[in-house]
Amino acid sequence: MSSTTSAAPRTFFGKDAIAFIVLAALILVVFPVALDIFRLNLVGKYLTYAFVAVGLVLCWGFGGILSLGQGIFFGLGGYCMAMFLKLEASSPENTAIQSTPGIPDFMDWNQVTELPWWWVPFNSFPLALIAILLVPTAFAYVIGAAMFKRRVGGVYFAIITQAVAAILTILIVGQQGYTGGINGMTDLRTLLGWDIRTDSAKLILYFVNAVLLLGVILIALFVKSSKFGRLLIAMRDKEDRVRFSGYDVANFKIFVFCLAAAFSAIGGAMFALQVGFMSPSFVGIVPSIEMVIFCAVGGRLSIFGAVYGALLVNYAKTTFSESFPELWLFAMGGLFIAVVMAFPNGLAGIWKSHVEPLLPRLMKRLRPPAIVSAPTKAPAE
Amino acid sequence: MIGDYTYDQFFSILAMQGFAGLVLFSVFVLMALGLAIIFGQMGVINMAHGEFMILGAYVTWGTGLFVTNFAPALFPIYFFVAMALAFCASFTLGVFVEWAMIRHLYKRPLDTLLATWGLSLILQQTYRSVFGAREVGVTLPDWMMGSLPLTDIIEVPINGLFVMALTTLIAIAVALLMYKSRWGKQVRAVTQNRIMAGAVGINTKMVDRMTFGLGCGIAGVAGSAFTMIGSTGPTAGQLYIVDTFLVVVFGGAGSLIGTIASAFAISQAQSTMEFFLSGSMAKVLTLLTVVGILMLRPQGLFTLKIRR
Repeated sequence: MSSTTSAAPRTFFGKDAIAFIVLAALILVVFPVALDIFRLNLVGKYLTYAFVAVGLVLCWGFGGILSLGQGIFFGLGGYCMAMFLKLEASSPENTAIQSTPGIPDFMDWNQVTELPWWWVPFNSFPLALIAILLVPTAFAYVIGAAMFKRRVGGVYFAIITQAVAAILTILIVGQQGYTGGINGMTDLRTLLGWDIRTDSAKLILYFVNAVLLLGVILIALFVKSSKFGRLLIAMRDKEDRVRFSGYDVANFKIFVFCLAAAFSAIGGAMFALQVGFMSPSFVGIVPSIEMVIFCAVGGRLSIFGAVYGALLVNYAKTTFSESFPELWLFAMGGLFIAVVMAFPNGLAGIWKSHVEPLLPRLMKRLRPPAIVSAPTKAPAE
Repeated sequence: MIGDYTYDQFFSILAMQGFAGLVLFSVFVLMALGLAIIFGQMGVINMAHGEFMILGAYVTWGTGLFVTNFAPALFPIYFFVAMALAFCASFTLGVFVEWAMIRHLYKRPLDTLLATWGLSLILQQTYRSVFGAREVGVTLPDWMMGSLPLTDIIEVPINGLFVMALTTLIAIAVALLMYKSRWGKQVRAVTQNRIMAGAVGINTKMVDRMTFGLGCGIAGVAGSAFTMIGSTGPTAGQLYIVDTFLVVVFGGAGSLIGTIASAFAISQAQSTMEFFLSGSMAKVLTLLTVVGILMLRPQGLFTLKIRR
């Protein structure tokens, strides 16, 4: 990260550094201390969506590319992880009662007698890890290259990514024998022999997830403060001018789209690990557009805002759907409309316009006694 | 012989599958026409379009219920009343939504998308709270039931024919309205150059509102027609929204002919493939092809040359 500090020391050491420390303290110290393991696991689940939201800040907030298909990459990452876990859970000993032992149970139920070739790499953990990052990114590259090279953007891009999300869901649901269908991949037990369902494993996974998220945020901050980040914003506001200045706009867009996809994939993989299953209901149109609202609520221009947005909206979703299930869709719909009509910059925007101006005044009020008391105490002793 | 079928049977199956495709095509056209006006002409992404359609379907269902209970004599013709009511309900809601929401967002199309998605969630939950989560079906009058035998094997259902006739009628009406009427001229003027249209004295705000309302109204009629072939649930609208958008984008936004042509291509491809493959694979292949073609030709099949 040395290049970050040298490239833009002011941004990184300024407010961002404080915000980073506050967030790190919150998710690494406050949550684990304050919450029991069940709630902590839930927070861990919410935080996996924060990966997607951070990616969307880069892609949509800075780059102006609204992707309604982040669920694709979240899902692909999650499925890659789930496939590895599923294969481990379906060792020949565990599946001895099946007509073909050694293959996942849903394959056996659907009269598939042999592991398909594209499942074979997922027997190995390193290959699975590579696939988690590579498959969604490569997919994003194909979509991005096809669209951005032809200067398709904005609304059309949003609709096409949404269509791709729909296609992927239909495909997963339809190919039950190879993907587990609508139920998804359930009953994931161990990771390299380590039981991921125990409380201690959940605690460790929470911290792994938190550290990964903080890492992703650092990358995002680096991108934001780099020249590339400034180009992104320039492209969003006046694409033609950037193009006329000699930059290849399409490549920058493809890069940021792939980066957002990779972030989402990490989130998806951590989701599968922490929740213990993966299903098409995290891939399709509805989850994808919900991921956009996490980002919009937090503030589409704020990397940290997106994390808080993901936490808050998901927390609200859990609470609401536990106690007033019928109100949840009203609340969610109202949230979409309110965020767009009244607070286009989300929580981060409210913070910037209403809370931040108060801070210096607050500081001033706090500081004089501290300065006065220190010298008076010293001579007295 | 082809497989287990004789040639006769094979062609009959093809013909019936083709007819099923035509009915699907009619519904697609009806749904897409409204969207072609809203999205194609105005550039507004209305993700709640499916919910406007479902509103029409529920209005039809409600009218049917009302007529059977209070005026059974009118039952054979209630469908026409229901369709008019469906149009009015969706039109009114559309005008209201434009006034309350859309008009503030014309400069931010991506935000319109999110806001209308929120609207669709609210409408869905409203339907669920008011009408219940169960799917409802309408009772068709006797004359719409049954089918016409064309040959020994080929039969065509009457309600399908009715939907097709209705679609043709509405498509022609919309085409006349957009391309032959004074109002249509104003709409096209506003789409092509809002500032100049305003400068020559067209009330652009009013045109926007009426255009949006009309698009929603047609969606309501589409929903009404939809009840003749399938049942209606609170979330049925969401199932079709992506297909409908793809139809409009594939046809080339702003072109009515393009919309109809792409609805034809997509529905025929899907229903023909459904015969050879499973339903889900047919849909996947169709949508993939459409997305693939759109990647090669982003402007869609038919394009309007507009200087922006």
